[in-house]
This record gives sequence, structure tokens and C-alpha cells, in this order.
Amino acid sequence: MLTIVFDGIAYGMLLFVLACGLAVTLGLMNFVNLAHGAFAMAGGYIAALLTSRHGVPFLATLPLAFAVPAVIGVVLERTLYRRLYGRSHLDQVLFSIGLVFMAVAAVDYAIGSQQQFVTLPGWLQGRVEMLGIQIGLYRSFIIAVCGVIVIALQLVLTRTRFGSRLRAAVDDRRVAQGLGIRVDAIFTLTFAVGSGLAGLGGALGAEILGLDPTFPFKFMIYFLIVVTVGGTTSITGPFLASLLLGIADVAGKYYVPSLGAFVIYTLMVVVLVIRPQGLFARAR
Amino acid sequence: MRADRASTEAAAGAAREIGRSLRHQARWTIAEILFWLAAAATLFLLPERHLILNEIAIIGLFALSLDLILGYAGIVSLGHAAFFGLGAYTAGLLAKYGWGDPLLGLMAAAITATILGFATSFLVLRGVDLTRLMVTLGLALVLGEIANQAAWLTGGADGLQGVVMSPILGIFEFDIFGRTAYAYSLAVTFVLFLIARRIVASPFGLSLRAIRDNPLRARAVGIPVNRRLVAIYTLGAAYAGIAGALLAQTTQFVSLDVVAFHRSADVLLVLVIGGVGYLYGGFIGAILFKVLQDVLSGLTPQYWQFWIGAILVVIVLTGRQTMTERAKSLWRRVAERLTHRPRGATPAPLRET
Repeated sequence: MLTIVFDGIAYGMLLFVLACGLAVTLGLMNFVNLAHGAFAMAGGYIAALLTSRHGVPFLATLPLAFAVPAVIGVVLERTLYRRLYGRSHLDQVLFSIGLVFMAVAAVDYAIGSQQQFVTLPGWLQGRVEMLGIQIGLYRSFIIAVCGVIVIALQLVLTRTRFGSRLRAAVDDRRVAQGLGIRVDAIFTLTFAVGSGLAGLGGALGAEILGLDPTFPFKFMIYFLIVVTVGGTTSITGPFLASLLLGIADVAGKYYVPSLGAFVIYTLMVVVLVIRPQGLFARAR
Repeated sequence: MRADRASTEAAAGAAREIGRSLRHQARWTIAEILFWLAAAATLFLLPERHLILNEIAIIGLFALSLDLILGYAGIVSLGHAAFFGLGAYTAGLLAKYGWGDPLLGLMAAAITATILGFATSFLVLRGVDLTRLMVTLGLALVLGEIANQAAWLTGGADGLQGVVMSPILGIFEFDIFGRTAYAYSLAVTFVLFLIARRIVASPFGLSLRAIRDNPLRARAVGIPVNRRLVAIYTLGAAYAGIAGALLAQTTQFVSLDVVAFHRSADVLLVLVIGGVGYLYGGFIGAILFKVLQDVLSGLTPQYWQFWIGAILVVIVLTGRQTMTERAKSLWRRVAERLTHRPRGATPAPLRET
């Protein structure tokens, strides 16, 4: 029982790191970016290929798994995404689905459709028994890393000048712009960090979530659930939503495997119908 | 008093004007007649292509159903395949268990899809674009999951086999060259198109476009926004269900593929290629899509998705509206006749403030 909760928390924190970039994109620019998973996939593939083919230690690949998607994110934001901010949601959806199609086919072409594996160092494998609970070492590692990231994000958002600017821009973009805050620069930076975190999440999660070219499609719905259920006005909303989703998903798969993902989707629809603005967001 | 009379007269004048414009819209242009004549001609001229033409007709009808809700009412849906799949499974299951009459299957598929569409339309009414997107996507996923889990009924991942169709109206037997199938799909599509055409050119259709362009203003001038949206969403669902039934009946096979996410994405793409908010958009898109698919998968089998993605990106970046307009102006030139359809760009959705 507690093992399930523990695994669920690890899974949920992973989802949060993967999806928090999306929350910012959506909250700040009202941009529906379905291609977010593609950045996560990029990070995952970097980690998997470097560890398995070139023997680079797992920890050393993590900074790269962050940096490369972040750079790709900046380039794409500056060249393509930028043009679509004022456009309708339909355009944004079509555009980002197009990107996902391209990413999926390109990875399939370049690397192949088989599942990729990350080689973990020995000290992260296995489980230990602690207070009667089976604890996977790798999962505790994920919880630790993601916990640090969450705390760091929260501190940046609440304690720094950049954070307050970002929050102001999310709350009301026009007024923030009027006050001289350079919203587009903030956005480029957050987009980069969000993409980078997605990449990092993809690298960390390759072991648990599985990694193959269809990754962006498979997990798109999860990211969107986190964002829509958690709301985009704060970081705690998506965080709680991820934890909830992670625990519910792991527990659902453990106790009622025949229902599969059914529970999650139904829950999402119900939540969205009752509270379209998200479970933890205040109504605007 | 006089001002009163003047305003009533103005209103009556406006009503006359609108009526005239609607009637004008409802008039058949030469190009339209040519389009359907050409479609009918393919029945005789391209006998070896009937299987693919059949698919085009079905995808066109499916795209038309999406156009009714997206192009005319402005509801963005990422899960339209739910209704398509439901229709396909309904028709397929009926035929498998002995009721092989095609028209009966169509009716049943239309009814089940209508019921599901009506029931879920209330969910779609709530929230903004993103919520609608998620809800429609979620519904399609739930339905796909049900079809997957209920393997005893649907065959699960293996697909529904053993679909046996009786002859249409007891006369026309389905043949392996797809000739009957294509004629059947084309006929059904044409009839449904006529109905859609009538609906779109009615005051009801006009009110839908008003809602699409500005829901707030539409409500303010007294259009019952929610009732209209429920009606059109249900209708779109019924159309999609019939399209699914056609696919099940003419291919005599149903797989999980019919509710898959990529089917919802594909139909969106088809519609966007052809032009949104334009009855022929779905058909033109379906033709282009199939031709593209043929050519691209000939070039790079298995990776043609990449090119589809690239096309989507390019279409959006170069301006979906302008492309539609361009196609339309070409259409008009061919018709040598103004269709007189003032159509502004689809407005950016109102931001929640």
C-alpha cells in the first residue's frame, strides 16, 4: 500500500517536472502547445543514447538532457512559436500537432521505433526495505531530484524579481507590459526553462515511463491533464494535480488493471465539467 | 412613433436582405453541379480506383461532420473520432449478429451517435477552447479504452471480424472491386451533403455563424446560444456516426483504429487542407489528403507522417485563412459567378478575463 503511494509520488513528481513548462506556456501566452512532449522525448533520447551507446555515466547526461531541449526550445520559440501567439487556439493546436508528427517520424527514421533504455548506474538499481516499505532506489532518487527542482522553482517564483515579473505577466499580460515588463523576453526564458525541464523529466522518466517514438502522443494527455486540472495561475496547482494523477494512476493500474487508463480519463472529464478553470485555480 | 415605425421598417428591410442573401447562398452554382457530376462520373470512368474513392467519400463525409461543428459553430474538437468509431462499431456489430441490411445499419449508427453526441454536447458547452479540447479528447480516449477492454464484443486489438452485409435494398450486392461500395457511399454522402447544405443556408445556419464569430454578441441579440450549439454538435455527431458506419460496412471490418487519436487529428488536417467553414472543404481536403498520402507514402513508406506534420506547420504559418480564401477565389473564378458569401476571418476566441 505504502509502496504504491511512494511509487505514485515518484511518478507524480516526474509528471510535474515534465509538465510545468506547459503550465507556464499556457498561463503566460495562452498558447496550447501540444508539442511539449516532443521536448521531453528529446531529453529522454539524449540520455538513453549517450548512456547505452557511448557509455557516458547517467548523471553526466542529465545536464545535457536539460540544455539541448532548452536550446531547441529557444530556437523554435524565436522562429516559429512567436508567430502564433495572437492566433486562434485551433491554429496553435494544428501547428503543434504538426510539430509532434514531424518529431515522431524523424526520431523513428533516425533511431528506430524500438524501445530505448537508459543504463542506470549500479547504486541506483534495486530496492531497500525501510520501515517495512519496499523503496526503489531509483524512485527515491527521482523524488529527491524533482523535490529540489520544485523547491527551486517555488523559490524563484516567489522570492526573486524575475519571479514576480513572471507572475505579474501571467496574471495580466497587458498591464505587465504597460508597466515596462518585457513580457516576450520573460517568455522566451521561461519557454527555454520549461523545455529544458521537460527534457530533464524525459531523461529521468525514460526508465519508468518507457521511451519510444510515440512518447509525445502517449503522454500528451497526461501533461494536459496536469495543466488543465491544476490550473495555470500558480505552481502549486499543477504540482498537486501531478501528485494526485501519479498516485491515482499507479493505484489504478495496481488494483484494477483491467480498467486501464479509463479511470484517469473519466476523472479528468468529470473534473473539467465541474470546474472548467481547474481544480486548484481560483476562478478568474 | 415615427422613429418606431422607421425602426420596424428597417428591421423588415434587414430581414428581407438576409432572406435574399440566404436564398442567394442556397442557389446552386455551376461549379457545384460540375463537382457532383464529376464525382458521379468517377463511378464509370475510374473503375480500378473505387476502393480509394470510397475511402475519400467517407473521409469527406467525416470531415463535413467536423466542419459543421468547427467551421460553422466554432467548437474545436480533438475527439471527433469518438462518434465515427461508435457508428462503425454499431454498424459492424449489427451486421455481425445477423442484421446485415446496410440502411438499417446506417440508421442504427446515426441513432447511437446522436445519443452520444447529445449527451456529451452539454459537457462541451462548458469552458473555453482548451477545456473543450480536453473534454472531447478525453471522451474519445474513454471510448477507445472501452472498445479495447470489451474485447468479447468488439474483438479488441484484433478488430471486429465476420461482418457480413446483405445487398443494399436487397438488390445491389457488395463486390470485391468496391464498385457497389463506392456508389453506396457516394449516394449517402450526397444526400447528407444536401441536408447539410440546406441547414447551413438556413437562418439556423446563419445564427451558428453568428455564435462562432462572437458568442457574447450572439447571446445579446437573442440567439439561444447553448441550444444551438447542442443541436449542431448532435448533428455533427450523427454525421460522423454515419461516416463510421459506411466505413465498417464497405470494408466489412472494424478495428480500434476507428477511434484512435490519429483519426481525430487526421480529420482535422483534412478539413484544414480543404478549408474550414466551407461545405466542400471536407471533400477537397479528403481528395488532397488521400493523394498526398499516396504520393508521400510511396516516397517514404512509414514516415509519411513527417510530411503530413510539415504540411500542417506550413499551412498554419502561411495563414490558414488566406489559403482558404485563395482556394475560394479560385473556386469563384472557375464558377465565374459570385457566391456572395461575406466571410470574415475566424475570430480569435475571446480571452477569459
